[in-house]
Amino acid sequence: MINKAGRDIPDEILKETGKEAFQGIYYKNKTEYIKHGPVTRVLMDNESSKLVDTIHDVLVKCGIKDGMTVSFHHHFREGDLVVNMVMEEIHKMGIKDITICASSLGKAHDPLVPMIEDGTITNIQSSGVRGKIGEAISHGKLKGLATMRSHGGRVRALLTGETVVDIAFIGAPTCDDYGNCRGIGGKSDCGVLSYSVVDSNHANKVVAITDCLVPFPNFPAHIEMTRVDYVCVVDAIGQPEKIATGAAKPTTDVRKQMMADYCTKFVTNAPYFKNGFSYQTGVGGASIASTISLTKIMEEKGIKMGFGVGGLTKPMCDLLDKGLVNCLLDTQDFDLDAVESVKNQKHFRISAGMYANPFNKGAFVNKLDYVILAALEVDVNFNCNVVVGSDGIITGAQGGHPDTAAGAKCTIVISPLLQGRIPAICTDVTTVTTPGESVDVVITDYGVAINPLRQDLIEAMKDVEGIPFCTIEELRDMAYAIVGEPQKVEFGDRVVGIIESRDGTIMDVVREIKPFSFAE
Amino acid sequence: MNPNKKRLRRSMMFLNCQKPGLIKDPYIYRPDSIMLDLEDAVAEGEKDAARYSLYHALQEIDYRGVERIVRINGLDTPHWREDVRVCVAGGADAIRIPKVESAEDVKRIEAAVAEDEVAFGKEPGSMLLMAALESAMGVMKALDICEASERLFGIALSGGDYTKDLQTVITGGGVELAGARQHMIIAARATKVQCFDTVYTNLDDMEGFKKEVEMIKMMGFDGKSLVNPRQISIVHDVYTPTEKEIIFSEKVVKEIDEKKAQGIGVFTVDGKMIDIAFYDGAKRVLELAKASGVYKGDM
Repeated sequence: MINKAGRDIPDEILKETGKEAFQGIYYKNKTEYIKHGPVTRVLMDNESSKLVDTIHDVLVKCGIKDGMTVSFHHHFREGDLVVNMVMEEIHKMGIKDITICASSLGKAHDPLVPMIEDGTITNIQSSGVRGKIGEAISHGKLKGLATMRSHGGRVRALLTGETVVDIAFIGAPTCDDYGNCRGIGGKSDCGVLSYSVVDSNHANKVVAITDCLVPFPNFPAHIEMTRVDYVCVVDAIGQPEKIATGAAKPTTDVRKQMMADYCTKFVTNAPYFKNGFSYQTGVGGASIASTISLTKIMEEKGIKMGFGVGGLTKPMCDLLDKGLVNCLLDTQDFDLDAVESVKNQKHFRISAGMYANPFNKGAFVNKLDYVILAALEVDVNFNCNVVVGSDGIITGAQGGHPDTAAGAKCTIVISPLLQGRIPAICTDVTTVTTPGESVDVVITDYGVAINPLRQDLIEAMKDVEGIPFCTIEELRDMAYAIVGEPQKVEFGDRVVGIIESRDGTIMDVVREIKPFSFAE
Repeated sequence: MNPNKKRLRRSMMFLNCQKPGLIKDPYIYRPDSIMLDLEDAVAEGEKDAARYSLYHALQEIDYRGVERIVRINGLDTPHWREDVRVCVAGGADAIRIPKVESAEDVKRIEAAVAEDEVAFGKEPGSMLLMAALESAMGVMKALDICEASERLFGIALSGGDYTKDLQTVITGGGVELAGARQHMIIAARATKVQCFDTVYTNLDDMEGFKKEVEMIKMMGFDGKSLVNPRQISIVHDVYTPTEKEIIFSEKVVKEIDEKKAQGIGVFTVDGKMIDIAFYDGAKRVLELAKASGVYKGDM
C-alpha cells in the first residue's frame, strides 16, 4: 500500500513484520501502552561478585544461544572495539541466528560481514550502517531484515517490547566491580552513555565491559549498578583517537560558509529567535560554522539560548562557557572539548529516551525550536533520505533526524545542491527516512526553499535580504540543469531492509541492489 | 559605446579553465566578474582541453549576469589566436590580454577579435578588452595602452611579474607597487577607463587583504583581481558606501540640482562647502550603493 509519505510498502512486508504503514508523524500521538519489563535475576546476598574474567565466560553465564538478540551502543563511534570483540566470541562458539540491536554501526564493524555471510548474524536493527555491512545488506547477504530505526524509535521498540534484548553489552569507559558505569575518567572516554540507558533498563541480561575498573562506587553513575548483571574487564574497549577527536577547525570551504550564513540569517529572522530559544545542530562543517556565526549574533543582540540538546561539539560547549546558553543536554560527544565539558555543572547527561523517544510522556525534541540537519537527498516534497546512498547502497544512519524534525518548530536541512555529480535535491528520494511534513527549510549553496506547508515562515522571511529564496522545484531544476536528471537506481525485488518510522510504522523499504549492466 | 564598458567591477575572480568543478557555478559566490584563465593556471600541454571546457561552459552555463572575462595566453605564445577564436565563438563578455607593453599589442588582439566577430556572426564591437600590465614597460606605457582601442574598458596591474621586472618582491606593505598603482590609476582616469589592482595570494591573512582593499579603494581603483571566493565579500563590503556617505551624497545631488535651477554655484551641505565639482562623485556613490544593494532611493 502507498503510505502517507507516498512510498509503496509491499503487503507481504506489512504481514511479515506485523507493522502498519506510516500514517503521518503524529498518528500514534496519545495512544496508550504498557511498558515491557525485563527478566530480572535478583542479587540479595553480600558475597556474590559480578566480575567475570572473559567475554566467553560472561556469554556462558548469560546463557547465549541460537536466535538471541544482543545489543550495543555506538558512543565509541568508529573507535569501537566492543561489538567486534563480543561477536567474534559468539562466532567462535558457533552460535547462529543472532539479531544485533545496536544504536548504530559503522565502518569499524566491517569484520562482522563474514558473520552475516555464514548465518551467525541474521538480523540487524540499527540507526544505520556504513561501510561493508551496508554493502552486504544491500547485496542481499543478510538472511533476515535490516531494520533502520531513529534514536527515539529504538527506545520505543525496546519499551514496547517489540524488540526484546536478551543480552545488552555496554562498553563503559569506567566501571566499578558492581556495575556503576560512567563515560569519563578512563582511557576510552566518550563523555556520556545515553544510548545504553534504555538497554540497561529493558534487556534481560546486562553486561558492562570496561578497560578501566575503578573503586566502588563509580558515581555519579550514568548506568546504575541495580541494572547490571555482570562486569567484564578487557584490555581495551575503544581506540581513543577515533572516539572523540580534537574539535574540527572552522571550515574554510566558502560553500559551507555560505550555507552557514544563510542558515544563521534564517534562524535569527524566524519568530523563535528570542531569549530562551532552543537549538540542536550536528557535526558537519556547515552546521558547526552556523553555530559559530549564530554565537556572534547572539552576542551582538544579547539573546541567550535556553537549552542546546543532542550530540555536542565544541562550538555548542563554547556557548555554555560564554554564558550564552542556560544548559546543555547531552546524548553524545563528538569531540574532546565536548567530553571535557561534561564536567560542567550545567552540562547534563540525558538518556536517548528523554532525548527523543516518541513513546514516553514527552521528550526533549518536542521542546526544540530549531534543529539544523543534513541529508543525502531531499525531494520536491521535502522528504529526506539520510540512510541509502544515491547508488542504492545503505550508507548512512537515521540518528535523531526524524525525531528532531518531528519535534522542532523549525527544522532546517542543509545540503549542497550537488554531491559530486549527484543532485541532492531531486524529484524523488531513493528512500524516505524523514517525511517532508516535518521538514521546514532546505538550505543549499544555490538557494533556500521553505516548505509551502509553512506559510508562517514564508511570511516571516518576506522582507529578509541576503537569502536567495526560491522554490524546492527551482532548486531541483537548477541541479538537473547542471548534472542532468539521473536515471533511477535499479533494485531487485527482494526487500532487504525497512526504514521504520519513529512510531514503529513503516516509512519505506530498502530493496536489494541490482548489479549494474550496460544496456545492450 | 558598448554599454557594458562602465559596468560595476569590484571583484574579478580567477578560475582555472582546466577545472570543470571550478567553472561550472562560480556565480553562486556573486562576484561582479569571473576571470576564466587559459594562461598561467593551465599547463602547457592542456591548453586545448582548457579551451574546449571553456567553450562549452560559455555555451551551456547561465552565469546569471556575472561578467565572463577570459584571460588568454600572451602574444608571445602560439596559443593566443585560437584563444581569441574560442572567446568570440563561445560568447565571452571580454578578453584580458596579458603582458601588454604597447598600444600595438592591444590593436593586434582587437583586429583578431573583429575578424572573429564577423566569422562567427557576432555583433561587431560586442567583445570588450582589458589589458594587464605586467612589466615596467607596460606600466610606463599605460596612457597609450588605455587609448589603444574603443573596446578597452580597463587596465589591470599584475603584481607578480611586475615586481620581478623591477627586481624586487611583493612585501605585503605595498611600497614596491606604489609607483605602478599611482601611475596606472592616473592614466586610467585621464582616459576614462577602469583600473584594477593585482591579486592578494595569502589566504591566511584576511586582515592584510582587507587593509589592501581599503587602500586601493582610497587610491581610486575600481576593483581587484581575486584568487578565492572567500575574498569576494570583503571587497564588496569595503566598496559598499556607508549610510553616512549615502545620506550625504543624496543631499549633495539634491541641493546641486535645486541650487543650479536658482543660479547658485556654491553653498554648504552639513557644514561642508559644495559646488558642481562634487556632483559626479556623489552620483557615483549612489550608483555604487544601488549596485551593492544598500540604496533603494531613486536618485
